[in-house]
Amino acid sequence: MSTVYVPRDSGAQSLGAEEVAQAITAEARRLNVPVTLVRNGSRGAYALEPLVEVATPQGRIAYGPVTVADVRPLFAAGFLAGGAHALAHGPTAEIPWFKGQQRLTFARVGIVDPASVADYLKSGGYEGLTRALAMETSAIVAAILTSGLRGRGGAAFPTGIKWKTVHDQPAGQKYITCNADEGDSGTFADRMLMEGDPLSLIEGMTIAGIAVGATQGYIYLRAEYPDAHRALNTAIAAAYQARYLGDDLAGSGRRFDLEVRLGAGAYICGEETSMLESLEGRRGEVRVRPPLPAIKGLFGRPTIVNNVITLASVPWIMAHGAEAYANYGTGKSRGTLPIQLAGNIKNGGLVERAFGLSLRELLYDYGGGSATGRPIRTVQIGGPLGAYVPAAQFDVAVDYESLAGIGALLGHGGIVAFDDTVDMARMARYAMEFCAIESCGKCTPCRIGSTRGVEVIDRILAGVEAERNVRLLEDLCETMVQGSLCGLGGMAPFPVQSALKHFREDFRAQPK
Amino acid sequence: MIAQGKDIGQAAARRGSRATAPDKPGDPAGTYTCCLMKTLDAAQEAAVRRIVAELKGRPGPLIEVLHAIQQDLGYVPEAAVAPVAEGLNLSRAEVHGVVTFYHHFRRAPAGAHTVSLCQAEACQSMGALALAEHARRRLGVGFHETTPDGRFTLEPIYCLGNCACSPAAMIDGKLHGRLTPARFDELIAAQAKSP
Repeated sequence: MSTVYVPRDSGAQSLGAEEVAQAITAEARRLNVPVTLVRNGSRGAYALEPLVEVATPQGRIAYGPVTVADVRPLFAAGFLAGGAHALAHGPTAEIPWFKGQQRLTFARVGIVDPASVADYLKSGGYEGLTRALAMETSAIVAAILTSGLRGRGGAAFPTGIKWKTVHDQPAGQKYITCNADEGDSGTFADRMLMEGDPLSLIEGMTIAGIAVGATQGYIYLRAEYPDAHRALNTAIAAAYQARYLGDDLAGSGRRFDLEVRLGAGAYICGEETSMLESLEGRRGEVRVRPPLPAIKGLFGRPTIVNNVITLASVPWIMAHGAEAYANYGTGKSRGTLPIQLAGNIKNGGLVERAFGLSLRELLYDYGGGSATGRPIRTVQIGGPLGAYVPAAQFDVAVDYESLAGIGALLGHGGIVAFDDTVDMARMARYAMEFCAIESCGKCTPCRIGSTRGVEVIDRILAGVEAERNVRLLEDLCETMVQGSLCGLGGMAPFPVQSALKHFREDFRAQPK
Repeated sequence: MIAQGKDIGQAAARRGSRATAPDKPGDPAGTYTCCLMKTLDAAQEAAVRRIVAELKGRPGPLIEVLHAIQQDLGYVPEAAVAPVAEGLNLSRAEVHGVVTFYHHFRRAPAGAHTVSLCQAEACQSMGALALAEHARRRLGVGFHETTPDGRFTLEPIYCLGNCACSPAAMIDGKLHGRLTPARFDELIAAQAKSP
């Protein structure tokens, strides 16, 4: 019996993986060869998707990108035994894209069957929880502090401090919430993880619950991710079935319940207090802090709000030790970062490496340069609120402090490349436009400022008092940065300011 | 770039009237015509009452209820606001406020097929604006509009998490990547044949 892997990852599906899987099943039936088809996650090299793998005694052999038309020739070439074919790449683990990666959080993504608790256990799953259950709760929190793990959602706040705050609140109803509202353009690590290894997120949330004394968890998932929704619900049901959720989980006498709540298409709900409002069933308007969610969060109770990748990194830390995790990385950026290469890039996808790689290595060694073959003029890092970094700064190291040093931010680790045809004044305008569309409307600098920002840029592009209006735009950006209630209005000016700083030549009257 | 110019105007109007009222197509003041609007038909009414009864015991149930209504009826009718408010012990203003806050909730039925084109940065870097222009011409409608034959509704969407395979789109919940105008036309032609 041959085992064939075809990703069910929605990115792979968007390139025809479902049709390829069906064609493989049909061809196997026609030839009367027994085939076990496993629908794994994506390994994250999207240039090779749909990436079909077969299990052989020499390990898994990769073929890709496979189309339906390739399926018959692949069978004819004996691909079930790893036979030679134009699309063959040899052992998957030896493909240069994967070989140098340091996959801790993404160790299982693309490898295992995401719906299978048995697969999860076989690959070291729930070792972290087992260790955590044998520890004092304060020791679990201490381990997360020692690991140096910082919030991977974008704010990079030390995770252990959040956990300690909730841990130290008096006993009573507490909540673990997972922010899976991955709305930043250029980011898809959360989606890949939820589709490819949802049990690691479930285990991470369970450990968090044990550590701080919370018995209920919610995953706040964006409505734009229907495939991740299905994958999470399947995995949660499997975890309940295997008694890793619910009362007396893993025979420990402890309880943790978990459910998915769907967002409804509001970018602002990725902001943690807005997410809590939405989880409570209200408009996603930002709350004024203090009080911090760790003290007064969901339904007024102490609440952990962590990103998907943050929580999914916890099982590895607990299983392998906080020091082992902290040994990766540089300076105050400890551990690994799942980086997402996106936009106009030849080999886009997911690269998990210890912090400290240079942007240039990522864009050219992994990314292979632009998809269009033209020079990369700039990249935007950290989503729609992140700065544009010009090519002259591509030697910067990708870690929290180095990027802050050049006025950029890492955010959720998404890097969007643009070639030299990009019009940076248009991108600056878009940043303001997006802020206007997505502003929750609670504070004036964001609600009004973003619309005024679009208008001012339009005047500059129309050649109306360009210099005066550029000064006005700079002033407006300053007001929004200083005066907004949350990161949306407070950071939307970053791409605008960076475009003005590095690409001033684009801010001039445009031919009609 | 005409596209963006149009969109910002729509964005401003979006909170209040991004969908037109079902019985007064094109009425930009759709928000305020609630008292003139049809009541729920018997099946809709039964569905709304069943959903509210089913979910009202859950913590913070309103958004769950609205998702279930939209799943069932295809949109959230204005006339559903009152029974939902009553069932959840909320004011009608609170329910209306939530329905209109979230882009995902429709206040009028969509076409038979919903085509959502990603317009965010990663997709822009790979020609999403040109693709949107092509889609408008191909379907003959703008964003937030439905073709006159009721077949297609065209929507902008801001990130589908498929940014390594830009430009991306979602058609009836299925994700598509590395779209070209030609591939877009194929997908539309395939949908046009299905019910």
